[in-house]
Amino acid sequence: MVSVSELQEMYVDMVTARHYEERLQEEYLEGKQPAFDISAGPIPGELHLAAGHEAAAAGVCQHLRDDDAVTATHRPHHVAIAKGVDLERMTAEIFGRETGLGKGKGGHMHLFDPDVNFACSGIIAEGCPPAAGAGLAAKKRNTDSVAVAYLGEGAIDQGAFLESLNFAAVHDLPVVFVIEDNDWAISMPKDRVTDVENGAQRAGGFDMPGVRVDHDDAVAIYDAAKEAIGRARDRNGPTLIEVQVHRRMGHFMGDPESYRPEEDQEAAAERDSIARLEADLQSHGVDEETIEELRDDAHERVEDAIDFAKDQPEPDPSAAHEDMFVNPPSGVTDTEPEYDLAGGDD
Amino acid sequence: MAQKEHSKVIERELTMSRAMVEAIAHEMRENEEVFYMGEDVADYGGIFDSTQGLLDEFGYDRIMDVPISETAYLGAAVGAAQEGMRPIAELMFVDFFGVAMDQIYNQMAKNTYMSGGNVSVPLVLTAAVGGTYNDAAQHSQTLYGTFAHVPGLKVVVPSTAYDAKGLMHNAIRDDDPVMYMFHKRLMGIGWLPAPDGPKTPVPEEDYTIPFGSADVKREGDDVTIVTLGLHVHRALEAAESLADDGVSAEVVDLRSLVPLDTDTVVESVEKTGNLVVVDEDYRSFGVTGEIVASVAEENLGALDNVERLAIPDVPIPYSRPLENEVVPDVADIEAAVERTQ
Repeated sequence: MVSVSELQEMYVDMVTARHYEERLQEEYLEGKQPAFDISAGPIPGELHLAAGHEAAAAGVCQHLRDDDAVTATHRPHHVAIAKGVDLERMTAEIFGRETGLGKGKGGHMHLFDPDVNFACSGIIAEGCPPAAGAGLAAKKRNTDSVAVAYLGEGAIDQGAFLESLNFAAVHDLPVVFVIEDNDWAISMPKDRVTDVENGAQRAGGFDMPGVRVDHDDAVAIYDAAKEAIGRARDRNGPTLIEVQVHRRMGHFMGDPESYRPEEDQEAAAERDSIARLEADLQSHGVDEETIEELRDDAHERVEDAIDFAKDQPEPDPSAAHEDMFVNPPSGVTDTEPEYDLAGGDD
Repeated sequence: MAQKEHSKVIERELTMSRAMVEAIAHEMRENEEVFYMGEDVADYGGIFDSTQGLLDEFGYDRIMDVPISETAYLGAAVGAAQEGMRPIAELMFVDFFGVAMDQIYNQMAKNTYMSGGNVSVPLVLTAAVGGTYNDAAQHSQTLYGTFAHVPGLKVVVPSTAYDAKGLMHNAIRDDDPVMYMFHKRLMGIGWLPAPDGPKTPVPEEDYTIPFGSADVKREGDDVTIVTLGLHVHRALEAAESLADDGVSAEVVDLRSLVPLDTDTVVESVEKTGNLVVVDEDYRSFGVTGEIVASVAEENLGALDNVERLAIPDVPIPYSRPLENEVVPDVADIEAAVERTQ
């Protein structure tokens, strides 16, 4: 059973993530009015926001430690927040600043925080193999760390995902694959690209448990993840979980969503896992005042992170040429002993 | 130079995406065996407008949205092409090539050769390329050299609407696999403003631009700037500015990398004596080195000075000042030209 303090922690993660995305949306659109120019404004490039996905992050990451690995997707912020990624440095990275997680080189789809073993990738399903690798390392070193790979429902037709399921299954790796099903792969509804009813069914072909959580209910996700992550920690192999989430903000900022029926957008806006969790908190005896306090603190933390980021310097252009290698070629020392290959005759 | 002749009589101007789509629609009307497969190409019309409007005329059977399964649908395009159909398949970003590289490098490119010429693969693989809008390392590459390197693919890179249409007609009619690499910033998309230049007069009727015919986009006497894609326009802008300083730059738009029109490049260098190659791909083992080597092999004596501008062997960084640092801009081209004078 989930404890009250865990409910509160999940709530904080979720309201932090929601406010974060709403604030990033505002910041992103600055400088892109009236004409939307993707390369203008304080946050240029693509921006994929996760409003409506928060429960999938909070419910799973609640069970994780800093040494557990997480690979997230091109839509990574909510997972990063729930995993405990440094919010200030992550925000500085999204604003392209020198003190960002990647010194401004990665951007919002390519966030790396080794302190909490978090990474993400902008290529569909490509976080799955590295998560399997983190699980492999845990198994070889005989630790009880686990790995979680996030992917979207659009990624379940991708080779990297399917191959990783098999690899994790055959080696009994401590990996949990979490599909966030938001119904849309950019403009493609899932029933036009797959014949299975839900992504969890993919597990059957690999003789792995597959679990579907039909609602973006943080507690239901928490329960499903608890079992799966417990199984992984006990070295009883991988699990595939699919959770229903909702895409509230389009695939990327600026997505006209003209392909999407209005009622679908409205339904996504109405479904709110945060309101549901507030009700859960209240039924566990947490009063409204406490909930408000948690929310206000979370919002303040987001504001602080954004203020921090905007205060940071932009990188010096010369930094573009640095960080290619951990051991730059010029620094390689010659450790080759002097062999006498001619048999000592010369 | 056909473009300049036409522009005297043709008034209708199109963006590059409209010109591409016009060629595709024409070929689809003429030949029922032509169809288009890709992610978000139907209702969305292509993230970079590469198929905008085609669904209305041709329906879902011929403008096919596909699962995010590049190995499957690019491989299926190879298979359908080998059956004699004329598929066009799209990589939404060229950067996604990696998940399907076997189908591209080992099937699409090699089946004709390995069959002793008995198998034809009349497939067009379209791909959005390029940076300059801060989309970072996994969504900003051009990878021109990667696709030109493997033997067996024809590789075309339009820089204007006129060229885009003629090259697309030729690509679809070609019996071999063609990589058709369109630069996002040239398409004329509202949210990704194009420079002046790619929007050109385009004839309504169909026409083909043969592969391997580089186009002298500007004539000059003092230096030859060889480039392609977006950087044709940056080179032209640099040439304008250099003219004010009394330097006359010739701008050669390669238009295709395979086949490569070495003759036009060498002829120009023999006239100017100085070569500046500008590329938006990585510097090492790529387009710039290949052009310089090709000219050197043909006429080493013609080369007085050589300059290369390309991405300096780092992934494309996200942050604006960092991306600006690594992608050659107009000032970089001017400076490179000055160094040859």
